Amino acid sequence: MGRYVARRLLQMIPVFIGTTLLIFLMVYALPGDPVRGLFGDKGGSPQVIAQLRHQYGLDQPILVQYWHYMKNMILHGDFGTQIASGRPVTDVLGDAFPVTLRLGALAFVIEFVLGIALGITAGLRAGRVTDNAILLVTLLLISVPVFVLGYILKVVFAFNLNWLPPNVNDSTNINELLMPAIVLATASLAYVTRLTRTSIAENLRADYIRTAIAKGLPKRRVVGVHLMRNSLIPVITYLGTDIGALMGGAVVTEGLFNIQGVGGTIAQSIVRREGTTLVGLVTILVIVYLLANLLVDLLYAVLDPRIRYA
Amino acid sequence: MPDVTKTDIKNAVASGPQAALQLPEPKPEKSRSLWGDAWGDLRRSWIFIVSSVLIVILLLITFFPGWFTGVDPTSGDLAKHFLQKPRLGNIGSPDWLGYDQQGRSVFARVIYGTRASIAVGFGTTIAVTVVGGLVGMIAGYFGGIVDSVLSRLTDVFFGIPFLLGTMVVLNSFQDRTTWVVIGALSFFGWTQIARVMRGAVITTKQADYVHAAQALGASTPRIMFRHILPNTLAPVIVVATISLGIYISAEATLSYLGLGLNGVSWGNDISDGGNQIRVAQWIMLYPSIMLIITVLAFIMLGEAVRNALDPKMR
Repeated sequence: MGRYVARRLLQMIPVFIGTTLLIFLMVYALPGDPVRGLFGDKGGSPQVIAQLRHQYGLDQPILVQYWHYMKNMILHGDFGTQIASGRPVTDVLGDAFPVTLRLGALAFVIEFVLGIALGITAGLRAGRVTDNAILLVTLLLISVPVFVLGYILKVVFAFNLNWLPPNVNDSTNINELLMPAIVLATASLAYVTRLTRTSIAENLRADYIRTAIAKGLPKRRVVGVHLMRNSLIPVITYLGTDIGALMGGAVVTEGLFNIQGVGGTIAQSIVRREGTTLVGLVTILVIVYLLANLLVDLLYAVLDPRIRYA
Repeated sequence: MPDVTKTDIKNAVASGPQAALQLPEPKPEKSRSLWGDAWGDLRRSWIFIVSSVLIVILLLITFFPGWFTGVDPTSGDLAKHFLQKPRLGNIGSPDWLGYDQQGRSVFARVIYGTRASIAVGFGTTIAVTVVGGLVGMIAGYFGGIVDSVLSRLTDVFFGIPFLLGTMVVLNSFQDRTTWVVIGALSFFGWTQIARVMRGAVITTKQADYVHAAQALGASTPRIMFRHILPNTLAPVIVVATISLGIYISAEATLSYLGLGLNGVSWGNDISDGGNQIRVAQWIMLYPSIMLIITVLAFIMLGEAVRNALDPKMR
């Protein structure tokens, strides 16, 4: 187990370096300049621009910049400086991250609980009306783009019914976060439902289920213990990779509902070509994503004793 | 009952020799290929029929928008104020779905916006399938160090959130043509197909007929494309069809974020209409409905193909 985790952590290193380097290259190799952006349309004097570029290390070759950035990040936990505000990126992250974490966690709970419940309901009745209805609804949910769904919910629940506020002012208030969380969770919810449904329907025909029923176990135990434990593995895999997707998907949702989280900050830094902020934020997202995947692999062994990590 | 049996026997006796001759007829059904079998399934699936009809209509709109409306989607007439409600009775006329802020016909814009979505969807899917398929094929077939390098490369691209990556790329282009958007979506989209392809190739290359081909001295490309490829296509086709819908949705999302195509597109119209959401919902409502129908059509098609190709689902 310990050796397996160590090996997986080692395998993460090239992926981590590759991902950050790719982002770095995309941000700096493509046209545009954050320092010029500071001066707006007027443009600054060449000396001042050169001075600022030197101060932020932008006059060095890209690979040297990347090397310095990674060195500072790993040795000192220093993610650089946000050029527009002059604040350290870690400060900006500290403000934005808890907001997105709350939103993402709420969305995750919604997709986890509702998705698995709907999936089990459909899977146990595979081929019947309930099953087909649930499958059709999930197809529809997958087809509605996030921002369209956001607009629809806003018009119906905020403007027409006045049940929920249209924008989020206080991100610690669950009532205000509910609508954005539902919007963020919808597509994933549909995928979780479909995965659970397929898995349940497939395992329902397995021999061990027939044995369990033949032993005279109550249905609750057959479904809750025997069936669930074996059917949840693909679902857990999906949920693990989805944690990263939820954080990324927050770009649209946070914009729609005016939430000041990671997504909003990322969108701003892309438009302003704020390389350091962007690389810092995406790095964190990538770390979250990689760790979630590792966690999922370790969970396999808990769910399925046949899987052992030497 | 006895009567029925009697007549049956009579008929059988009467048509004796012919019946015997016709016996082998149903036989070929058993030896139908995976594709023939799948096609038989598809023809009987209502999901497939509905989605194909929708897609044919969408393709007609894409290639011949003039058949559906005679109005130019870019010509605005400010006298046609956007607060004038849609006339839902006038099916097909310019004021059917109302006018937008600049007095342009929403109906004409919905019709002409189809081309952008369909072009991006098909273009990206083709690019992604070719690139991802090649990477997956090479990684799966050669294994070893080649596989390790390509798989890590896939992980790197997969690790960057799809939408964020495309946003960063598109932000550096002022002139975002269809090709630029297709390029940006494909740059991050190929990983899924590569993974599916790699998995399928690894299972297929252990088959006896592949060993036989190798023993006969067939060249590597020939084994890859003549022997392995046909047997790995099924899962790739399923993933590609479903992702076609997802790419159309992604293009609209990028347009909503202000980083999509320049020109007439549903995403741009929905984004513009979002600002008028409290006074003139129709500006965003009708492009949204078209967008949802289009994405749904392709996802349903993928679903039907998956059901037909995957025997586990039966």
